[in-house]
Amino acid sequence: MKWGRLFAFLLMVAAIIGVTAGTVPQVWKSIPLGLDLRGGVDLLYAVDTPKGQSLSDSGRQALLKAVEMRVNSLGVSSPSIDLEGKNQLGQDQIRVQVAGVKNQQEAVQVIGATAQLAIYGDATIDKKTGKITPVGAPLATGADLKSNAKWVVDQQDGKNAVAIEFKQAQKWIDITKKYVGKPIFVFLNGQLLTDPVIQQVMYSGSSEISGGSLTTPQACMALANELNAGALPYPLTLESETSVGPSLGQTSLQRTMVAGLIAIIIIFAFMICVYRLAGLIADIALIAYGYLTLLVFSGLHVVLTLSGLAALVLGVGIAVDANIITYERIKDEMRNGRSLRSAVRIGNKNALRTIVDSNATTFIAGAVMYIFGGQGDVRGFAVALMVGIIVSLLTAVLLSRLMLLTFTASGAVRRPWWYGVGKGVLKQHETQV
Amino acid sequence: MKPRFNIVRLSKWFFMLSGAITIAGIIVFALFGFNLSTDFKAGSRIQFQLNQQVPDARVRQMFQSVGLTIGDTGLTVGGIERNVAIVTLPEQLSAKQIAAIQSAEHKFFPSAKQDIQVNSVDPFVAQQTARKAIWAVLAAAVCIVVYVAIRFEFRFAIAGIIALLHDAFIVLAAFALLRREVDLTFVAALLTIVGYSINDTIVIFDRIRENVKIHKPEDIDALRDVVNKSLWQTMTRSINTVFTVLVAAVILYFFGGVSIRNFTFALIIGLISGAYSSIFIASPIWVAWRGRSMRKHKAVANEASVQ
Repeated sequence: MKWGRLFAFLLMVAAIIGVTAGTVPQVWKSIPLGLDLRGGVDLLYAVDTPKGQSLSDSGRQALLKAVEMRVNSLGVSSPSIDLEGKNQLGQDQIRVQVAGVKNQQEAVQVIGATAQLAIYGDATIDKKTGKITPVGAPLATGADLKSNAKWVVDQQDGKNAVAIEFKQAQKWIDITKKYVGKPIFVFLNGQLLTDPVIQQVMYSGSSEISGGSLTTPQACMALANELNAGALPYPLTLESETSVGPSLGQTSLQRTMVAGLIAIIIIFAFMICVYRLAGLIADIALIAYGYLTLLVFSGLHVVLTLSGLAALVLGVGIAVDANIITYERIKDEMRNGRSLRSAVRIGNKNALRTIVDSNATTFIAGAVMYIFGGQGDVRGFAVALMVGIIVSLLTAVLLSRLMLLTFTASGAVRRPWWYGVGKGVLKQHETQV
Repeated sequence: MKPRFNIVRLSKWFFMLSGAITIAGIIVFALFGFNLSTDFKAGSRIQFQLNQQVPDARVRQMFQSVGLTIGDTGLTVGGIERNVAIVTLPEQLSAKQIAAIQSAEHKFFPSAKQDIQVNSVDPFVAQQTARKAIWAVLAAAVCIVVYVAIRFEFRFAIAGIIALLHDAFIVLAAFALLRREVDLTFVAALLTIVGYSINDTIVIFDRIRENVKIHKPEDIDALRDVVNKSLWQTMTRSINTVFTVLVAAVILYFFGGVSIRNFTFALIIGLISGAYSSIFIASPIWVAWRGRSMRKHKAVANEASVQ
């Protein structure tokens, strides 16, 4: 028996269990949970349609899309956005539920705020009040811009500015052609922001706006965000703000947690029954899997929802599967007459190819779901799936393999029975071992 | 595990079984559609405030008494003191029903602070999510085909995708047939099943690929034998793996929360189907296809030798 190897093995086990038991509560608390698991805030907005007008079908779609984009820009996962019946004033209502109450004020602000940017060719100034009002129809509005506005520092004068780009470059070329040597008037939410004089025709379709209230990087970034979120076709007024419990129900979730724990215990017991000491090693690797995925979630600030949790459970399945594939392969190698140590080595090597191919396929599925799933539940699932696969490769393959090799190399336990190898398997060469 | 019977030779029956379930599902779906929950369907939202924490069971009883059933995910509790009940129902309520619910509230919660507020609801995001999920799965299928075609061969790729779609279909058919409610958690379950199905299939394909390389079968019978052998070699792993994941799903179904029961039910069906289709659908499809092209190859070779 090699005591050094055995000691190294025991050290690994102690480190995994110790770190997990010691820090798991903090890690768990630092993971933001989604609307379905923790609840959040329920915001009810009334839609201010112009007097006498009701919401048209296309207007409704545009409004819901705009609200969805704004909610998504908050970075919360799986919001719920419903169109509701009319209020007492006959206005349509939109209900938005988002997870987390930490950013409640920000959520209210971002969802309801309007950034109505409009560029006019002429404006008049009221001599008495000094108020500047635009004249005629706007030359362009925020709707003509691509949603890639961002804060920049002007290279010539070092001022903070917002870089904008027109969807159709031609539109901006036409405007600048027409107004060369003349001023244009840029209004934000009805206030004159700046009235630059067009110096030359701009052929690129991109430009910068600055001046007025846009003095700080923060103000520029805020405007850029609002422009990118797209203008709301109708202004919204907040009607009510309530906190809501998890949509899956508090008691329901507690019961689910308990059931999950029972399931894990049964899986652990099953692995030990079938693969004995090797199964125990797999179980310890599974603990490391669970701990590491939580750590990654906490580090990435991924919002955990039911679909994310489902992906993590699938990850457990994939991690267990990796161990089962490896152990069955080791048994096969012993059937072919290898000794325990060489079977462990070769079996691990052969199983690795299978595991990598199957996990790569699932990972690709996850990556594609991430790209095509848009925001929300599908993307949450995809992120959790990809994290789960990578961590399961690290723990169920690398860590589990390292522990098994160290343990078998220590020679502490030599009987194949302890590795789940039955008598039937070892008829021919049992004596060798 | 020692071969108990020849899986490949019996594949005809497995194809028929899966075909029958799928066709039955399509017929029921065409006639009745899915039993959609308020997550996906326009419906009503009823909100009322109590002077106590909302008792889940009693609110359900209250609606039961006027002949309305709240779905598994239809009741949410709101308010800082958890005293606001929010109920969503997948139907538009008539004035008579609203009056009935109001009097039921007075009867069940005499000290309630507030009358009920009823609103119509048109879910927007959930419908979008479901649509995106379908596109995501289809896009994922295409990319899986490309990867598996490069790493294995094209036939494996198509057989694997057929098994994947088979599993998704079986779950959809089961929900249509059993009239189970399709809610937002169903989308998560479907994605999980797709992920499991392809993972499970590739493990078995890997063994077939390896054995084909070792034994180099010359004709279709030899090929069938190699595949049958591969399936039985991986059988212990297949059973052990599906057992562990199934144990988790079954326990969550019986002892977990009611609100995720549809989710776990979909998982159970999908996991069984996923393990089954890898062995009894995907592999036989590959054999049949590979065997055909083998025969053609041979025919061409024979012709060449005659001339």
